[in-house]
Amino acid sequence: MKHLTKAILIGAALATAACTNPSRFGGDDASRGAGGPGTYAPGSVDDPKSPAYFSARVGDRVLFAVDQSSLSPEARVVLDGQAKWLMDNPDYLAIIEGHADEQGTREYNLALGARRANAVMEYLVAKGIPQNRLKFVSYGKERPLEICSEEACYAKNRRAVTVISVSSLTG
Amino acid sequence: MIARLAALVLACATAFLPVAVQAQSGPLRIEITEGVIEPLPYAVPDFVAETQAAEQFAAEISRVVAADLTGTGLFREIPRDAHIARVSSFGAPVQFADWKAINAQALITGSVSADASGRVVVKFRVWDVFAGQELGQGMQFASDASGWRRLAHKVADQVYSRLTGETPYFDSRVVFVSETGPKDARQKRLAIMDYDGANVQYLTDDSSLVLAPRFSPNGGRVLYTSYQTGFPRIRVLTVGDVASQTLQVGEGVMSFAPRFSPDGRMVVYSLTQGSNTDIYAMDLASGATRQLTSAPSIETAPSFSPDGQRIVFESDRSGTQQLYVMPAMGGEAQRISFGEGRYGTPVWSPRGDRIAFTKQNAGRFHIGVMRTDGSEERLLTASFLDEGPTWAPNGRVIMFSRETQGAQGSSALYSVDISGRNLKRVRTPAGASDPSWGPLQ
Repeated sequence: MKHLTKAILIGAALATAACTNPSRFGGDDASRGAGGPGTYAPGSVDDPKSPAYFSARVGDRVLFAVDQSSLSPEARVVLDGQAKWLMDNPDYLAIIEGHADEQGTREYNLALGARRANAVMEYLVAKGIPQNRLKFVSYGKERPLEICSEEACYAKNRRAVTVISVSSLTG
Repeated sequence: MIARLAALVLACATAFLPVAVQAQSGPLRIEITEGVIEPLPYAVPDFVAETQAAEQFAAEISRVVAADLTGTGLFREIPRDAHIARVSSFGAPVQFADWKAINAQALITGSVSADASGRVVVKFRVWDVFAGQELGQGMQFASDASGWRRLAHKVADQVYSRLTGETPYFDSRVVFVSETGPKDARQKRLAIMDYDGANVQYLTDDSSLVLAPRFSPNGGRVLYTSYQTGFPRIRVLTVGDVASQTLQVGEGVMSFAPRFSPDGRMVVYSLTQGSNTDIYAMDLASGATRQLTSAPSIETAPSFSPDGQRIVFESDRSGTQQLYVMPAMGGEAQRISFGEGRYGTPVWSPRGDRIAFTKQNAGRFHIGVMRTDGSEERLLTASFLDEGPTWAPNGRVIMFSRETQGAQGSSALYSVDISGRNLKRVRTPAGASDPSWGPLQ
């Protein structure tokens, strides 16, 4: 289960990164050029092969309408980018986390989060990502990103987040 | 004018009729079928300490008895400073006139003794003051000192039974999820407590997310959903030694929403495979599993009828969450919820005659009850977010979670009579959710 811990840690780091300005360029200047090839440090948000880049530049999440698990045109664009990144970086695996907003009962929201995560996984598989590189999990309404009880927050919580993992999913 | 006066008199007579009539003919009895508007006044003077070691318990026990009875909303305690008679000996004759004078319809007297070994014995009697008679017979209960609150609950259970004719529920425990921290970093632990919020003990630490514990019928085990492996899995925990293990329920992305059968031998639960969630049953002895639903929709929150013959569950096969009843072995399901809005988390009453549920409509959440065919739907509560009802062992009271709105929102436990009366918060040391009410001990 070591890999899961690692995945969760990476997920937490990514989630933190995603909460800040996704198009930021600052903050990495200190390390820039210090040892990385070209203009970025390996593993930094500017390294196209890094999970940080995936999270911030490709976009690690898609949002859903109330009680829905169908993928919007905007979501498909993000997922096309995710599929391309995963194709270009075949050493990485991914866990897709499905979430619901707080307006629903606990069990139903768990199942709804699974529907959303599975919709993302099926899309990525259809785009050519081998199924054995992907897993999904639902958190229902247990892990909201935004905590206000308004649609502005709910909309951001109805999400599926693709969390990049570095080791084998099957341990 | 005369007509109006007559109507007024009639209204007053109706309001007081149940108590007045019963006090005059037959044993003192309060009818609680639809809840009571006028609580029955009673007195419980401090129990007499028969030994010095009992002094620390005598007053405490009578206070817990009073808290149990008054907490039902069915009874009103007459304050002790209004008492005229002083009870200094358990065996002394009751001064009925003194208790009548303050309109105490029921009187509870008791004594407590404790010996050097720590054994506590409580004796009690219940009196019908206006009939001038004892109601039932005196009884005694014994335990070690740490069990003194249970002694009090047992006394209160007896009084409740004698005055209502109902089976009681005070000597029972609730397993629930204790919550701390803000909404976006909430820590959850399994905990167990007395029905009134006392004696909280933690069953898990907060290292992994836990959800929706469910007591076994005898209260010895708890089913719950844990993220210990990183994925939701059903676990079963033994309350006595707090040992737990994952239930091997079959291949799936996640297993959740478990509940015991009334005989404790089976578990019904949801299993998610791909985007689809269905209901399964597992025989605990053999480990054999059986798929009970097979629809492409979400089927979850199964709950057995007390005779073990049927299962109520929720499904969105119609497009929105609704309640359905099917045979316990699976098969054709009948939809039973037809009102506006969405219905989830159904729980069959221990009496078998009603189903409690969560209803979501027009941006509000409600706890409600209906007959098992869906008729006589009655909403008991309304708030920003009420969910997850659980029945008291006697089927008269429902406990549930209420989460408050906004960034500072937190969850707490509440209880309400099935009449919709006596809504009140259950005091817990931290936030709390997902209660499951265990059996009468």
